[in-house]
Amino acid sequence: MLRLEPRREPSRIMFYVTPFLAIGLTLVAGIVLFAALDKPPLPAMRLIFIEPLTSLRGVAELLVKGTPLILIAIGLAISFRGGVWNIGAEGQFAIGALAGGTVALAFYPTTGWWLLPLMSLAGMAGGAAWAAIPALLRTRFNANEILVSLMLVYVAVLLLSSLVHGALRDPDGLNFPESRLFQTSLPILIEGTRAHVGFLVGLVAVLLSWILLERHVLGFKIKVLGQAPRAARYGGFSEKGLIWFCFLVSGGCAGLAGLFEAAGPVGQLVPALPSGYGFTAIVVAFLGRLNPLGVLLAGLLLALTSIGGETAQIAMSLPSATTAVFQGMLLFFLLAADVLVNYRPRWIAQRSAAADPLARSEAPVGTMQRLPIP
Amino acid sequence: MELLANILISAMIAATPLLFAAIGELVAERSGVLNLSVEGMMIVGAIAGFSTVIATKSVLLALAAAIASGAVMAALFGVLALTLRANQVASGLALSMFGLGLSALWGQGYSGLSAPAFPRLFVPGLSDIPFLGKLLFGQDGLIYLSLTMVAAVAWVLDRTRLGLIVRAIGENHDAAHAIGYRVVALRYLALMFGGAMAGLGGAYLSLVQTPLWVERMTAGRGWIALALVAFAAWRPWRVLLGAYLFGGITILQLHSQALGVKIDAQLLSMLPYLATIVVLVVISRDVVKVKLTAPQCLGKPFHAAD
Repeated sequence: MLRLEPRREPSRIMFYVTPFLAIGLTLVAGIVLFAALDKPPLPAMRLIFIEPLTSLRGVAELLVKGTPLILIAIGLAISFRGGVWNIGAEGQFAIGALAGGTVALAFYPTTGWWLLPLMSLAGMAGGAAWAAIPALLRTRFNANEILVSLMLVYVAVLLLSSLVHGALRDPDGLNFPESRLFQTSLPILIEGTRAHVGFLVGLVAVLLSWILLERHVLGFKIKVLGQAPRAARYGGFSEKGLIWFCFLVSGGCAGLAGLFEAAGPVGQLVPALPSGYGFTAIVVAFLGRLNPLGVLLAGLLLALTSIGGETAQIAMSLPSATTAVFQGMLLFFLLAADVLVNYRPRWIAQRSAAADPLARSEAPVGTMQRLPIP
Repeated sequence: MELLANILISAMIAATPLLFAAIGELVAERSGVLNLSVEGMMIVGAIAGFSTVIATKSVLLALAAAIASGAVMAALFGVLALTLRANQVASGLALSMFGLGLSALWGQGYSGLSAPAFPRLFVPGLSDIPFLGKLLFGQDGLIYLSLTMVAAVAWVLDRTRLGLIVRAIGENHDAAHAIGYRVVALRYLALMFGGAMAGLGGAYLSLVQTPLWVERMTAGRGWIALALVAFAAWRPWRVLLGAYLFGGITILQLHSQALGVKIDAQLLSMLPYLATIVVLVVISRDVVKVKLTAPQCLGKPFHAAD
């Protein structure tokens, strides 16, 4: 029978191989799924994974969709490294857009070079402030941050919707639930497309977070807190301070991503602005192994699947939920494949306990005794 | 009087999906497994029940489909968290996302349809009593089933050998394993019971509460159910209390307009979520007490030393 044998040390190779294994398994499952839906599987796969890369517009869209995913996932990766489960990035994204967008609307119709930086700051501050709620409740009252941050997603989405229906509604509009169009929008990166400078900010975030996690003592402390909370306490690290830091950084990143979405491709505040980036970014963070460079690649991959998914929806009349199923499966297979990092699968011929006296005397053994005995 | 009876009845109806999901999750957590995918199991149960009732016109088959699909989702979680020993938090999130996506895919073409009216209990004579008759003897069968499940879970956990074993593996899986109990197998059973109940809770939403299919119709109820289990300090009867309290808060938004309160509907919709946060703060404040009431092995991976 197949048994799992603990490795003495986690496998470095498997750590980097399993994401690709998970992608492969998802592709296979996807082919089965398309066949089950009566759609030709291989053309569907080509539409999703190859087609977007064949045009400039497709590549630009990749950057547009990748920017919020990368920005949010960078913050989440730092947070998850510290064992801080901020699941509410979607809400922080919405509040960031709301805060930054409110600044833009407050200065309407004035505009200037200073407006966009101010909006970005407000977006970051808004996201960080929303993330400060679970941070405060966790550090002060020991409340579970997973549930608190998730509940706040629903509150944030309702708050955005309520304000766009009310105080922030376009006074000159046709009573639609939408704000005025912003006077200022993000500079475009590639002429004639929607790709904006937010992507460059995402790259800077990747670089900064790499320095933080790999070259700075604060990153070291976060990693210790995540892997061995007790060691962090003995080391005299401020657990509460680190939790606050993780929440504020991940909230700030999500808020900035929200503002970029509002001031970039959308151009105004609408109730449907939070469209799931905050949840997809969780998959991105895990698929990227909570590593900044990995997050960059995983963010682009998931952006690719969501653009390709949209193309496939139109071309093959697939339901829009297909992409969500893919993302769920990807995380599922990644977690399943991760067993190979810590365990080695091994076929063991089944032997009856009676026939083999050794099998019966097998006591729970420590690492030392697990060495092969000649 | 009539209004009060209606408010109480709608509070019970709003509470029942939470009650099903929470009582199932309670069993899983008492066995030591933290299954965060309640939201995913509920929504899959909702569409499984709804699509079955449309196809077969049979309420019983629909409930069976909801129970089975919830249990299958829970078993998938078990494969990740128990067999492959993946992180339980991440596994729960994965299954929640997968469930939301799958249900939306499955539900294509079902939006706009409505389910046939769900049968209600009618006891000649008793159901005609004003006020109490409607409240006690005129509800749908699932409400009585949910109350029965609370009593059954309380009885099994506190009074039977099976309950003792489930609690033992939740408190100390190594000791339970050493005595010879099959920790992983029992946890699978507890998990799948939880999944079945969550599926039933989801089906209650799509068959009784709002007899139609809407994408993401669970709207966070699975997460609220998770909070309820902690609120109840892992005690079945307190889950009942918590669920009915939340049911009351949820229907405030429906009846506030009738009572002449002028608050923005969207702000009122925030109430259940804000109430959950308040509840979490209140119950978690005392660290020592939480440590004493929570199952000691909750969320910890188990690997038999063999």
